[in-house]
Amino acid sequence: MKKLMSAGLGLLMASTAAVSHAEDVKIGMITTLSGGGSHLGVDVRDGFMLAMEQADRDNVQVLIQDDARRPDVAKNLANEFIQRENVDILTGIVWSNLAMAVVPSAVRKGTFYLSPNAGPSELAGRLCHENYFNVAWQNDNLHEAMGVHMEKDNVKKPFILAPNYPAGTDGLAGFKRYYKGELAGELYTKLGQTDYAAELAQIRASDAESIYFFLPGGMGISFMKQYQSAGLDLPVYGPAFSFDEIILGAVGDASVGVKNTSQWTHDLENPTNRAFVDSFSKKHGRVPTLYASQGFDTANLILSALDEAHPDDQAAFRKALKAAKFDSVRGDFRFGRNNHPIQDIYVREVVAGDGKPTNRLVGVAVEDIQDAYVEQCKL
Amino acid sequence: MTLSLILEQLLNGIQLGTMLFLMASGLTLVFGVMGLINLAHGSFYMTGAFVTAWVAGATGSFWLGLASGALAAAATGAIVEVLVVRRLYRRDHLDQVLATFALILIFSEGTRWLYGSSPLWLNVPESLTGSVTLPGGVSYSIYRLAIILMGVVVAVGLYLMISKTRLGMRIRAGENDREMIGALGVDISTLYTLIFALGAGLAGLAGATIGALQTVQVGMGEPVLILAFVVIVIGGIGSIKGALIGSLLVGVVDTLGRILLPDFFKLFMDASDAAGVGAALASMLIYLLMAIILAFKPHGLFAAND
Repeated sequence: MKKLMSAGLGLLMASTAAVSHAEDVKIGMITTLSGGGSHLGVDVRDGFMLAMEQADRDNVQVLIQDDARRPDVAKNLANEFIQRENVDILTGIVWSNLAMAVVPSAVRKGTFYLSPNAGPSELAGRLCHENYFNVAWQNDNLHEAMGVHMEKDNVKKPFILAPNYPAGTDGLAGFKRYYKGELAGELYTKLGQTDYAAELAQIRASDAESIYFFLPGGMGISFMKQYQSAGLDLPVYGPAFSFDEIILGAVGDASVGVKNTSQWTHDLENPTNRAFVDSFSKKHGRVPTLYASQGFDTANLILSALDEAHPDDQAAFRKALKAAKFDSVRGDFRFGRNNHPIQDIYVREVVAGDGKPTNRLVGVAVEDIQDAYVEQCKL
Repeated sequence: MTLSLILEQLLNGIQLGTMLFLMASGLTLVFGVMGLINLAHGSFYMTGAFVTAWVAGATGSFWLGLASGALAAAATGAIVEVLVVRRLYRRDHLDQVLATFALILIFSEGTRWLYGSSPLWLNVPESLTGSVTLPGGVSYSIYRLAIILMGVVVAVGLYLMISKTRLGMRIRAGENDREMIGALGVDISTLYTLIFALGAGLAGLAGATIGALQTVQVGMGEPVLILAFVVIVIGGIGSIKGALIGSLLVGVVDTLGRILLPDFFKLFMDASDAAGVGAALASMLIYLLMAIILAFKPHGLFAAND
């Protein structure tokens, strides 16, 4: 009996120990796992969860839900996460129009939001918030870098196009901020459009000498395939979103020779990155995209801040996030005043790879670029 | 804007129209004959594209892939009809919408489970790559020309089948009076399965041919399905002729709108704003067209039972 009592007491103590260890942290991830843009969300999730598995913390719980790239769904999920699940941190959204629907009200309610992808201009400027951190980039950054690169390389008369949504208009605005030459034309397409025959005919009819396009996900695949069969032979440029490893696999050799800008690339030389690319490839059987790298960095930033403070202690946790004391796969990483990264952006070239084309690092497009909206931020 | 550019855009519009016709003809037949609203029609489009990409990848032959894609979509259609859809004919439209919406979710998740969420790789066959110069100096993609040609062949084939064959006679009879043709001893359930499989096969054919131009991925069918519904509403539900005219109308208006509207706004705005406003209005254009047509012809242009 006594034995039983002591065993029971022991159990009780163990359970109270678990309770006193109640500084559990709940992270809600809302991302796109179905529909046209799903490979971006899947990679964000896989990168994020890889970091979580490697850290192996038993006090961090990650809840994952699919937003199907619909703002209303994302908004409902965010409310559910905040009100019913009481999450401390939200993350995961891929698309800027969804981020605009979710982030402003979520951070106002005192939840932390770390963006692994979308970086709309409003959230960097006018609507910046102390609880909102962007771990990827401000939307314009990769476009600005390509603008710098094409200006420097003296590329003439680009025809530029992007989908008609916040990140698309931000993107082309960013490109034009640094590219001062004459444009052959400028077009906005429907988000999710898959047929580009009309746009390609216009490009052919214009006096374009090069093309700069931003079409992430399936849109980029469709465009490149149709570009190839349209008999156009102009040099092609774009941000990495138009040429991630999944798009390259689906487009095939049509993409060889294309130049694109990215804040990260799988052949970037640093120990953190090499370990990340190896373990991701081993686990998932595919080369990670930049989205996976951003998910991985977001998770590691959260983990590094959790070492310092619990999100309930908002000021301390905020300070720990802002310090960004984690090993980024990008190498150097720091936040600017508006909690957006200041970082190098690289130029990559698509080369024929093992079975399918892949990106190769060519050089640095621009060093330590900060977004153009920081002045509008009152933080 | 030169004449040859406008001609080329017109061809692009017709190509989009023929592709929509392949989708809309099945949809409108199924609605006309069986009275069924089939939201899952886009899933057959996706099935056709995925099977084509898979078979073409495994065997290296696009044509073998195309044939198996269309056949697989038709077979899937027949199976779905026998297992699920058959139970819905007597139900009201809300039940049909719910059940076929559930089918969309099942097909999408099933496809993701089978093939993964990354898009598949499918290329235009070697013999149809490149472009030709047409009279009038228009340079146009051979593959897109082939799609237009295929659309013409399918349209003529459907016309001959419906107006000249016994099967077509039964289909027309079914559209007019469902109970009566059953009473006359026609095996109505086989007829329904056949029509459903035919519609699914045409959708699969559309998915397979378009898959080579665009992206073979989960959820590729739904945007096309929405356009196909616009087409059959404009054309008149149940009418193949309406589907043909409606498809071409939607294809041409959508394509030319995308090109001409931004240029139109450039006349009195700066280029960047004009591009944005023009793109926004262009994406609404076919719905405006639908609204205008419905205002004058509430049953569509060629309503079957007027």
